[in-house]
Amino acid sequence: MLLAIDTSTGTSVAVVTREGTRAERTTADTRGHAEVIGAFIRDVLAEAGVEPRELEGVAVGMGPGPFTGLRVGIAAARAFALGIGRPVLPVVSHDAVAYGRTERVLVVTDARRREYAWSRYAAPGSDGLPVRIEGPSLTPVADFDTVTSLAGYVRVDAATIDAGLLGILALARHDAGLPAGPAEPVYLRAPDVTLSTPKRVTP
Amino acid sequence: MSGPLVLGIETSCDETGVGIVRGTELLANVIASSMDEHARYGGVVPEIAARAHLEALSPAIQEALRTAGVALDDLDAVAVTSGPGLAGALMVGVGAAKALALATGKPFYAVNHLVGHVGADLLGHDPLVGEGELELPTIALLVSGGHTSLLLVRDLVSDVELLGETIDDAAGEAFDKVARLLGLPYPGGPEIDRAAADGDPAAIRFPRGLTAAKDLERHRYDFSFSGLKTAVARHVEAARASGGPVPAADVAAGFREAVVDVLLTKALAACRDLGVPRLLLGGGVVANRRLREVAVERCAEAGVALRIPPLSLCTDNGAMIASLAAQLIAAGHAPSSLDVGADSTLPITHIQA
Ligand SMILES: [Zn+2]
Repeated sequence: MLLAIDTSTGTSVAVVTREGTRAERTTADTRGHAEVIGAFIRDVLAEAGVEPRELEGVAVGMGPGPFTGLRVGIAAARAFALGIGRPVLPVVSHDAVAYGRTERVLVVTDARRREYAWSRYAAPGSDGLPVRIEGPSLTPVADFDTVTSLAGYVRVDAATIDAGLLGILALARHDAGLPAGPAEPVYLRAPDVTLSTPKRVTP
Repeated sequence: MSGPLVLGIETSCDETGVGIVRGTELLANVIASSMDEHARYGGVVPEIAARAHLEALSPAIQEALRTAGVALDDLDAVAVTSGPGLAGALMVGVGAAKALALATGKPFYAVNHLVGHVGADLLGHDPLVGEGELELPTIALLVSGGHTSLLLVRDLVSDVELLGETIDDAAGEAFDKVARLLGLPYPGGPEIDRAAADGDPAAIRFPRGLTAAKDLERHRYDFSFSGLKTAVARHVEAARASGGPVPAADVAAGFREAVVDVLLTKALAACRDLGVPRLLLGGGVVANRRLREVAVERCAEAGVALRIPPLSLCTDNGAMIASLAAQLIAAGHAPSSLDVGADSTLPITHIQA
């Protein structure tokens, strides 16, 4: 049984078991991550009737996603895991969207600044786990259709990532002995910095 | 005498701080700074600071617990800075603190960063300036790269008033910008101090912002450093234009003198006007040697009792956040709502969010 958190788009928090999602709270609001994360964790634990110590770990979506919100979920997941002395199970957030689909899919999320973040998946094998073959990557919205071929793929635009699916996927991957996802956030962009030189003040 | 055992998390700027206190006893004060990563940009880059917080936070929490020799189970509360500060940076701490509180079943306290600087004094202070317990009311002058604020503290947990603050750059920012003008590296504070050592503080008289009679009417306790920075730039450019060497030592000394003078003149004016003969300094710029020297001199002349926490508690840290929360708990304040967010402009009247 895991707590699962994803804040790569909106905020989604769930308690999952190998049988499925026990409780989940999701909002598509892309601004209020730091506000809602606490109440969401409290509520899913209460609804699932689970004490923190009963959890085996914390699954977390590592992105891609807009940085500020993405970090809230990862910070919360790491701190919660530290609090219960259990591991973090990182997952590429797009994998949760592809999980459960039987066809070949191209998962697309809004990366802001007129760019899409996307990942390409082969059809799943017998274990049903998503097989990411390309991405996550960024492409300008304007070029998307020419750069990213859809031939043979079903495009899936995700406005939210379902923490329940993400958690179940993390458990399935863990039970299958597959390696965990990326330990660090999938930012895909370098930080915005301007190397300014002091301006002259004398005319 | 023991008090509540509190773990405090601070991520409002470029220091990831985790501190643990038992009442007014300091048990751990772990600070990881991303300062070096900002050096090449000449100032704090918010996105770089926020990324660094996320990486540093869990290890800092573990190190603080180890240093304090306590387990998470022993804690009475988890506290965090919810503002003011850089929004993206604050959110890392807020998200982590809420989750840690929920995972351990401990109450969650979100507190004001600036009031936290005052709370630092309860944990210890420089014995050369002030002894015994913090007496109230006191004027507090908080100076760092992110803020320059003058407070009247009547009660740490219930009555803090903002008298004035900077209307443009923070004092620490002015040090960084002037250091760049002189070709000195970031952070500017220690560099200006070093350069000023051989300079004559009276050689160049730079302007003191918001001290003219007409400004004092509206901005009696406010600060402004952008005009000073421009005056320094003009001086440096004029020296370069005339083909002569830039008198870096005199410029640094004159600039530093102007900053120190205006900070202390306004702080001591507040002490006098409000009949409060006590001044507390806080914030990273207190590391500036000249600021401390002049503060000691002028407070002695004015009959004002001066208090300065040790430098490790003046710069942003989690222990001061834990200290303030411990006081709130001891005073019977209920925990914060789990719904509070990061508030980059959290007003000083919100001691607890
Ligand atoms: Zn500060």
